[in-house]
Amino acid sequence: MALLSVRNLTTSFATDQGLIRAVNGVSFTLEPGEVLGLVGESGSGKSVTALSIMRLVREPPAKVEAELLDFEGTDLLRAAPRALRDIRGSGIAMVFQDPMRSLNPVLSIGRQLAEPLIRHLRMEAAAARRRAIELLEMVGIPMAEKRLGSYPHQFSGGMRQRVMIAIALSCNPRLLIADEATTALDVTIQAQIVELVRTLTKNLGTAVIWISHDLGLVAGLCDRVNVMYAGRIVETGPVREVFYRPAHGYTIGLIGCTPRVDRVGTPLKPINGLPPNLMDEAPLCPFLPRCDVAVPACHQTMPVLRSLPGGHSAVCLADLTSHHRGAH
Amino acid sequence: MAAILTNDTGKAARDEILTLRFASGARLASRQFLRNLPATSGLVVLALLCLAAIAAPLISPFDPIQIKLSAKLQPPSWAHLLGTDHFGRDVLSRLLYGARVSLSIGLMVVAFSTSFGVPIGMTAGFMRGNVDNVLMRLMDAFLTFPPLLLAVAIVGLLGPDLRNVMAAIGVVQVPVLARIVRASTLSAREETYVMAARALGASPLRIATRHILRNILSPIMVQLTIGFSAAIIAEASLSFLGLGTQPPNPSWGRDLAEARRYMADAPWLFLAPTATIMLAVLSINFVGDGLRDALDPRSWRTRARVASAKG
Amino acid sequence: MNPAGPLLSVEGLVVHFDAPRSAFGPAAPPVRAVDGVSFTLARGRTLGLVGESGCGKSTTGYAILQLVRPTSGRVVFDGTDVAALPAKGLRPFRRRMQIIFQDASASLNPRMPVGDLITEALEIHCLHRGAGRGRRVRQLLDLVGIAPHLAERFPHELSGGQAQRIAICRALAVEPELIVCDEAVSALDVSIQAQIVNLLQELQRELGLTYIFISHDLSVVRHVSDEVAVMYLGRIVERASRQRIFDAAAHPYSRALLSAVPIPDPDVERARERVILIGDLPSPANPPSGCRFRTRCPEVVEACATKDPPHKFLAPGHYAACLRV
Repeated sequence: MALLSVRNLTTSFATDQGLIRAVNGVSFTLEPGEVLGLVGESGSGKSVTALSIMRLVREPPAKVEAELLDFEGTDLLRAAPRALRDIRGSGIAMVFQDPMRSLNPVLSIGRQLAEPLIRHLRMEAAAARRRAIELLEMVGIPMAEKRLGSYPHQFSGGMRQRVMIAIALSCNPRLLIADEATTALDVTIQAQIVELVRTLTKNLGTAVIWISHDLGLVAGLCDRVNVMYAGRIVETGPVREVFYRPAHGYTIGLIGCTPRVDRVGTPLKPINGLPPNLMDEAPLCPFLPRCDVAVPACHQTMPVLRSLPGGHSAVCLADLTSHHRGAH
Repeated sequence: MAAILTNDTGKAARDEILTLRFASGARLASRQFLRNLPATSGLVVLALLCLAAIAAPLISPFDPIQIKLSAKLQPPSWAHLLGTDHFGRDVLSRLLYGARVSLSIGLMVVAFSTSFGVPIGMTAGFMRGNVDNVLMRLMDAFLTFPPLLLAVAIVGLLGPDLRNVMAAIGVVQVPVLARIVRASTLSAREETYVMAARALGASPLRIATRHILRNILSPIMVQLTIGFSAAIIAEASLSFLGLGTQPPNPSWGRDLAEARRYMADAPWLFLAPTATIMLAVLSINFVGDGLRDALDPRSWRTRARVASAKG
Repeated sequence: MNPAGPLLSVEGLVVHFDAPRSAFGPAAPPVRAVDGVSFTLARGRTLGLVGESGCGKSTTGYAILQLVRPTSGRVVFDGTDVAALPAKGLRPFRRRMQIIFQDASASLNPRMPVGDLITEALEIHCLHRGAGRGRRVRQLLDLVGIAPHLAERFPHELSGGQAQRIAICRALAVEPELIVCDEAVSALDVSIQAQIVNLLQELQRELGLTYIFISHDLSVVRHVSDEVAVMYLGRIVERASRQRIFDAAAHPYSRALLSAVPIPDPDVERARERVILIGDLPSPANPPSGCRFRTRCPEVVEACATKDPPHKFLAPGHYAACLRV
């Protein structure tokens, strides 16, 4: 049975300028232990999707609707607030981008680590303390016992993110959502953190959703990837399929304009135009104004999901096999 | 959220280009101001008060200083809309003429404190170092005096002339404004657009006037409205103490002072100037809030109508 | 004027920031943001200045432009040491070297329509008087791909990419020879980033500009630079041509940096050998003795703690500050 099933998730915000659909009919499933990437640029709805799944979006002004939003048999849409709180932290855990702002600056690290342990695992204070030290060691923080009493501002960015990961994994959640978790870090620190998460989640069997705008990160970490644009998933599939045989104009555009550190030569092919207007309700492909590979049919109908071999599908009317490149 | 409706396409052509018609900054600011109901109402009230003050000789039903003891302490009636005071003088007429004093004091004090407070604060904040220290210690020196006492001292020394009253109240407000301006200047200085202007080779004067000043208008505006109100009240206090407007000339504060004795018998004598002062102060505050909001381009709503043009 | 030599020659640039003084106790050591940086840059070339946070690359950029005055060292621009000039003497040089910041919107005065910001650049240097000025502004806007009617907009009404184009436009208005791009594309989405990178390269070809491209993103740097200098804790640890840096990096930090950059290619990414550094960045106020990188270096030996490694020349234009190469 799938760990997480999402069908037709829509999160809309009512503003005085109109209704913004930050997440517009998103559907996907996640198997236990799977690593899924959610990739897109700003405004694509990737973060809001994760927050909506965890019901962390403020409703109102947001409105979260879905045909199905199921985590391990629990209907997240209709669950009582208490049940949701139980799931958050122990079933699904989240690591955010800016560790300085997601850690409470006036509480010691030890306190913040112990909190989920006491709340979800009902540990005694002494046991929680021992476990907290274990967790700090697990994420590679030296002199763990001494650092229990430290405060977030006494740690560097990378260390804080390690603490966040420790807190997130402390109750052995089945799903970890990492929302741009390494974006604010230097690239060498990012490499450390990514390696840490990869190892830990593999050992614990945790499923991971990596939310990132960095294609390289997703290419290296994920089994499957969902490409998001204007609140919708425009392409989904195993990572090799999506990168080597992209089937959506946006994916092709994204790959074509991402510079690579291992090669030079082809000029960057930018995606012209501006980010999408999330209030637009026209029944056409949201990427159409910027698309280089559109076909005449794109101007008339809304594209539907097209299945391709290998568990790969895209919401695109054009046949893009000519843009495929083989594996390197 | 930016209502971005055009494509900037680099050099490539696009099939659908939306054209927008724009209004100028001033029109947009005024439109934003007018959308703010309290601000607009305040402006209307203030305008009416000013008009009343200017037109006092024309619309005033009676001579404000004409004593008519036979009609003293009469409650509001059709003859005297706001009643009469202990000298038989018409309260309404006194308020109308009194408006001239109070409003002009308010305006003059604001002009005075701005012309000193803003340059001092900006110079201190912009140049830092010794200049900053000297200027701010000077301001601190003035701040150590209880404001009213300082005003009393100045007027006491120089005589209860309107100009002296204005100077006294203004001097007291300058340090407060200077401090606020200095603090805003200090933070504005660190902004990236200031560094960008330096990189362009802009002179310090240009940076201060064109870049920093515009962006610190908000706290200045707030302080000015507070100052305007405080000036009116300060004048009232000074008149109360006999140092402001001299009898028999009307002023809101003067009248308020004299109404004290008759509070039980003739409450209208007290209520009328109080209500007027409150009205003036409230209006000014609303206008100040509205101005502050209207002058910030970020608060302007979608600025144009979209005219779509294909091709 | 020195048409033959390099446009820019930085010699021993040092920028120290004093730590805030407390009333009690001795003063804390200064933050050595830039601690001895030297390089030359020929006309029309792009130097990529890379490094992670705290390495001093942005401060180097500011110090070259004299937006931050160096503590010591020379910045020789077309034959003149601008670091030695008083503020008044810098005025003519402000035309010749410009900067584009990371946060485009923040670099534009929020209360001025963007067209006025460009006009101001012309005003400051008295270029194109009268009616010609408006024409020139439209010309410049066209150069960066901004439709003329957008000139009336305020910065917050523009997208990130549009705002950066305006910033570039403003820099171009004074007809500079050198432009420092301080993380100019780092805050942009990758699709917009590509637009701006292409624009910068096109402008370089058309106008013969020289760039110092400061970035932490090695992928973009590879794309735009002719030469690359890698910085760590205030010093340049390796400098080479683009090809040599990316194919034959010698310094352990450069190699670690390169191996840490993700590549959007699943097979390549999974097959890579990674050099994972241990530990965190030391404080710029208190750098390690000897080689500054030794606390995190996978190839450290004893000598690294005592001796500050000199520049070892490996090929023409390629040197690395390491004892082990």
